[in-house]
Amino acid sequence: MTVLAALAAPVNLNHTGHYVHWGVVQISVANLVVIAVMVVVFVLALLLPFPKGRDKQ
Amino acid sequence: MTAPATTSRNWTVRLRNRAVRDLPPEQLMPGEQPVYVASWIYVFGVLTLSAFVVVLVSGGWLAVEGPQWWHTSSTGHFVNSLHLWSVELFMAFMVIHLWGKFFMAAWRGKRALTWITGALCFVGSIGTAFTGYLIQSNFDSQWISTQAKDGLNAAGIGAFFNVTNFGQMLMWHICLLPLVVGIIITVHILQVRRKGVVPPMELDLRDEIPEQVQR
Repeated sequence: MTVLAALAAPVNLNHTGHYVHWGVVQISVANLVVIAVMVVVFVLALLLPFPKGRDKQ
Repeated sequence: MTAPATTSRNWTVRLRNRAVRDLPPEQLMPGEQPVYVASWIYVFGVLTLSAFVVVLVSGGWLAVEGPQWWHTSSTGHFVNSLHLWSVELFMAFMVIHLWGKFFMAAWRGKRALTWITGALCFVGSIGTAFTGYLIQSNFDSQWISTQAKDGLNAAGIGAFFNVTNFGQMLMWHICLLPLVVGIIITVHILQVRRKGVVPPMELDLRDEIPEQVQR
C-alpha cells in the first residue's frame, strides 16, 4: 500500500501543483515530466531499429 | 452527343479530371512506401491521426450523453478520461511529428503547403483543446475561463470570443473547430499523398523521382 501510495504521489492531481522556477520560466512538474517523456520518445524513435516486413525488398 | 470528358466545361467533370490527375488512385492509396520510411520517426503522423479518431469518437459520445452523465456515472468518467488522454496523446504525437519533420526540413521538394497545413493544424488544435477545457462544466473550467478572459480582453479578442460564454465555447469546441481541424488534416494528408513522404536530407531524391515534385 505504501509503495502504491508512493507511486501515485507524483501523479496525484488532487492537491496544489508543484512548480519549477527558473528565472522568468515557470512550469509545473507535471508538464515538465510530459515534455521530458516526449523528448525520450523522440530520441528512441530515431535510434530504435524498425522491424522489417515480410514482403520488403 | 456529349463532348469528351477531358474537354468538357462542366465543373464536375473538370474537378474530377483534376482530382484524378493530381491524385491517381495508386498514389492516393499506395501499397508500399520508399525504404527510408521504415523508421519509427515516420510513424508519428499516423499515430496523431489515430489519436484524432479516438478524440472524435469519445467526444461524440460525450456530446450525445451530456455533462450530467460524464460527471456522475462511471462509464461517463471513463469516456471523459478517454477523451482527455486521447487529446494528450494527439498533441504529444503531433509535436514529436513536428520535431521530426522540422529536423528533416520537410518543406523541401515543393512541400510548403504540407508544412503550412501542418502548422495550421497545430494552431487549430491548441484552440480546440483550450475551448475543451472551458466546457468541462467544473471548477477547473471556471478558473481557466476567468484567467483567460483578461488576456484575451487585453488583446481585443474578448469582444467576439467570450471565454466565459459557455454556449459559445461549446459551439466552437464541438462544431466549428473540429470541422476546421478535420478539413486541415484532410488537406494535409492529401498533400502528403500528392507529394510523397519527404526523403532524408542525405538521400534527397528530387532529381530521381520527378513525378513526386512536378505537380
